[in-house]
Amino acid sequence: MKKLINKPEDVVAEELQGIAQAHPDLVRVSMDGPFYIVRADAPVQGKVGVISGGGSGHEPMHGGFVGVGMLDAACPGAVFTSPTPDQMLEATKAVNGGAGVLHIVKNYTGDVLNFEMAADLARAEGITVEAVVIDDDVAVKDSLYTAGRRGVGATVLAEKITGAAAEQRRPLAEVAEICRQVNANGRSMGMALTSCTVPHAGKPTFELGENEMEIGIGIHGEPGRTRMPLKTAAEITELLATPILDDLPFKSGDEVLAFVNGMGGTPLIELYVVYNELAKICKGRGIKIARNLIGPYITSLEMAGCSITLLKLNDEFTRLWDAPVKTAGLRWGL
Amino acid sequence: MTISRDAVVDWIKAFADVIAVNKDYLTELDAAIGDADHGANMHRGFQAVLTKLPTVADKDIGTLFKTVGMTLVSTVGGAAGPLYGTFFIQLGSATTGKLELTMADWQAALEAGVNGVVMRGKANPGDKTMVDALIPALGAFKAASASNAALPAALRDAAQAAEQGMLATTPWVARKGRASYLGERSAGHQDPGATSSHLLLKAAADTWADNSGNVG
Repeated sequence: MKKLINKPEDVVAEELQGIAQAHPDLVRVSMDGPFYIVRADAPVQGKVGVISGGGSGHEPMHGGFVGVGMLDAACPGAVFTSPTPDQMLEATKAVNGGAGVLHIVKNYTGDVLNFEMAADLARAEGITVEAVVIDDDVAVKDSLYTAGRRGVGATVLAEKITGAAAEQRRPLAEVAEICRQVNANGRSMGMALTSCTVPHAGKPTFELGENEMEIGIGIHGEPGRTRMPLKTAAEITELLATPILDDLPFKSGDEVLAFVNGMGGTPLIELYVVYNELAKICKGRGIKIARNLIGPYITSLEMAGCSITLLKLNDEFTRLWDAPVKTAGLRWGL
Repeated sequence: MTISRDAVVDWIKAFADVIAVNKDYLTELDAAIGDADHGANMHRGFQAVLTKLPTVADKDIGTLFKTVGMTLVSTVGGAAGPLYGTFFIQLGSATTGKLELTMADWQAALEAGVNGVVMRGKANPGDKTMVDALIPALGAFKAASASNAALPAALRDAAQAAEQGMLATTPWVARKGRASYLGERSAGHQDPGATSSHLLLKAAADTWADNSGNVG
């Protein structure tokens, strides 16, 4: 294992200290009790507080999205391990400006159960809490026989769009509904060229041969749909985009936000090659890419690979996407 | 025949020891179909419980159980944290104010704990989860109780039923949790959650049924 770390057990705490040093204008980092990152001016009176959280190792998600126009707080767990309800409860209290709090939860059993407990505890303290579970990964069969689709790329888009709605002082029910609608209209799929190594595990999560790739990979290195010999960027983009386009389904005349995400170890030059292929595929289907996001935003440590997310846009989503945002990970209009 | 407060503390300590001994075994089971952290997470949680226990040793059994539950919730993480946390919090709610437990008290507490896990995790029998050890154990305890068995025998029956339930999970395809993503590939592996749940009930039987000093 070659990593820029001191001790595996200190990685998350030292990363948080780094964030606190780097972005005091944007966030406060609470480390005396349960760990959480909160917007510097929290709680904002009269505004719905928007919180997310999950295992660490996906940076900049979620801590890098705390700030004006996006998240009010993020709860980082250990690497690839759900945070605990006491973190979410403290974060919920810290952002409660009297208008209620929304929890944005990625669909993993641990995350869902811990956020449910936190919501119960917060309600017991008199705070109104709603939760929206993001489950956009088309690689996973959504059936009675699985834990359901995983939450992946659409989480980033949901956090931005929902955060913008909250910033406009819309009520909790409306903010939650917008978040649900983003999830309902977003679909994703990812792939890996290499594995990743969890610091405390010390060895790669899975093995992938020199000329192999995994299609449908999860953001924790969970197995995908198929393992196959490496193909060209054009063929890989087709393998990811087709199940996404067929799932919703997206149709000719639709406007979409196209998000090409790096898994952590893939350079931008390759992500733009994929975006070029994706643009051709969308054009071929009569779909207009009205907005885009390209870069590593929901990563899986040093894994090489990418994911594609398409969100069907409407005027409201587009306006909220364009609204000002000022976080460590996304920043425009401010 | 009753279970004293000291006996309850002894059970928690005994289970913490069992988890410490089986940490790597549980993690190996989890590596096959999950994310290879069940043993480490449970160990971290119960070590935290051990440091908390002295602060509530003079409180009622309900407070004791609730403290164990809240400690697990804030230290275990993953899915096991809220599930085992809920189990103990529900045991605590069912035993509020009590300084010793009768056989009926323990049955009511166990039922509340198992129901809590089912409600929190929304797993059904056969989904290949800890519920597959807990539900048969509760059933066996109730059956023994209904046939007027003594407490030690009922505890033994419950532990045995949990073991059979645990072993039965091996050929099944997981339908809940991270293992469910593997589909057919999850068959052929014993469920780590059912395994730790069996160990929990076995520790109760070993502590309370065999150590007559604790059960008066």
